[in-house]
Amino acid sequence: MNYVALKMLFGDRAKYLMLLCGLSFAVMLIVQQGSIFWGLMVWSQSGITNLRAPIWVTDPNIAQVEEVKPIADTAVDRVRSVPGVEWAVPLYKGLLRARLASGDYHQIALVGLESATLIGRPADVLEGKIEDLRTPDAVVVDQWGVERMGGPDVIKTGATFELNDKLARIVAIAKTKKSFQNIPVVYTTYERAVRYVPRERRTLSYVLAKAKDGVPTEQVTALIREQTGLGAYTAEEFGLKTLWWVLKNTGIGVNFGTTILLGFIVGTAIAGQTFYLFTVENLRQFGALKAMGASTAVLARMILLQAFTVGLTGYGVGLGLATLFGTMTASGGRLPFVETFTLLTLVFGALLGICMFSALISIVKLARLEPAVVFR
Amino acid sequence: MRETDRAPAVRVRGIIKSFGTGDTKVTVLKGIDLDVWLGELLLLVGESGGGKTTLLSVIAGILDIDEGDLDVLGIPLAELPAGKRTTFRGETMGFIYQQFNLLPALTAAENVAVPLLIQGLGKREAVRRAQAMLDRVGLSDRADFLPRNLSGGQQQRVAIARALVNEPRLLICDEPTAALDGPNGQKIMELLREVGRAPDRSVVVVTHDSRIFHFGDRMAELTDGRITSVRELRQEGSA
Repeated sequence: MNYVALKMLFGDRAKYLMLLCGLSFAVMLIVQQGSIFWGLMVWSQSGITNLRAPIWVTDPNIAQVEEVKPIADTAVDRVRSVPGVEWAVPLYKGLLRARLASGDYHQIALVGLESATLIGRPADVLEGKIEDLRTPDAVVVDQWGVERMGGPDVIKTGATFELNDKLARIVAIAKTKKSFQNIPVVYTTYERAVRYVPRERRTLSYVLAKAKDGVPTEQVTALIREQTGLGAYTAEEFGLKTLWWVLKNTGIGVNFGTTILLGFIVGTAIAGQTFYLFTVENLRQFGALKAMGASTAVLARMILLQAFTVGLTGYGVGLGLATLFGTMTASGGRLPFVETFTLLTLVFGALLGICMFSALISIVKLARLEPAVVFR
Repeated sequence: MRETDRAPAVRVRGIIKSFGTGDTKVTVLKGIDLDVWLGELLLLVGESGGGKTTLLSVIAGILDIDEGDLDVLGIPLAELPAGKRTTFRGETMGFIYQQFNLLPALTAAENVAVPLLIQGLGKREAVRRAQAMLDRVGLSDRADFLPRNLSGGQQQRVAIARALVNEPRLLICDEPTAALDGPNGQKIMELLREVGRAPDRSVVVVTHDSRIFHFGDRMAELTDGRITSVRELRQEGSA
């Protein structure tokens, strides 16, 4: 009877296309919005992931990575003294204004790395050498800085600008993940960063650290917290903390959640209603099948096969359209669009839910159908 | 042949069937006694609302009865659970409807194959047997046509082929000529008469169409929920 079920489904082309459009639209909307949402969440953690340090130590009341609560310079040595710590280095993070040769000002995020090791440096360099940071007045600008601060003719290796009236000379262009705030990031050494910024009593933003080989990172972070009284987090913990802060304080979760829910509701409504109509309009045919000896279980299997066939097709079409959108608009990381296996699995689950719901209301109708309907 | 010599395909005794409850309760069948013999074509006639279709549904095991006894092909059908009744129906009965009820997305051959597919036969074998049955009703050249591309008479012939494809012993027909013009109605009845003549098969036809009365062996008249008369229409041995 599977053959009959599929012929019935494809035979009513208008309804099949309506169902397919409804489900494809729902999948596309949920995948597209979900991927953009997750892309933004990834961006919100780029301040952590771009630096690739396993342990982050700072003020215990820190809420998220872009927040800076300076701590005493002695924190570096205190962290180094904790058993199980392989290394610990200072990190400066802060906002400054860059003044270009043209006189334009641009807000930048300044990151100061320990000069000896350059721990926290960007993984990929598009132009120049990161090691040149050790030369006088050297800074590295990320590719988003090139884009935001005047383009490749203005921001290139060898070009200069001023940070707080002090010279900054670009020695490399780094490739990084975009930040949530979309502010250009300028990397330099910790000592030079401290010189760039106005004098403050405390300048140390974070201590980046790593656990010795064989020692669990979680165990070392707990020990740092216990022995220094500072806030210590694994990169994953700090990323999650930042993510929750963004969700709670920006309304982004509600915003995207509403759209995703809308996609789910619209998909369910269209699929449910169309499928129900499809069943109601074929009620006499289903009644005839029942009269001819098809049990309710057989009819239920036919309905489920129809629902899941159109559902899987809709999933493929919707996913394809969403991916096409992502490929076309988010290439090179310009827009946040991250399709994850988890998201696709969740959407698949949601789609199965929509199909199951649509099928169930039809199955209930058929279960109550008296085959005598065919004699009326 | 005397009635006592004949084997009954359907034996209905004292059947009562009501719809609704309380003030809205309507008793449609008010103690029906009826036999349908093997090898005969029984016409069930009567005014609209008299209970013909309800009786047909009861005989088919589609409607539950309130009281009475119902034996179909030796099986106490009313006592079977719904699932077994459905299986029994699929294995022993064929249905022909006023509105044909062909599946519009299936070809004529595929429509005819449906009862076999329900029985679990493979598609290839089911369609092969369906094509043979279409040949028997004179539609082998229309096997690949969709119902919308067939005339009313051709659609009803497809429906008859579908009803016969699993060799049912009881053929239940509800107004089979009502949607057809006179000549097509006559042809359909000739076909039903021909296939119904098998000694181990019975045909029950509900009809209003007096032009087809001469095709019946007997005619039972149902008025206000009661059988008011049963007449022999054809003498044994007559064509």
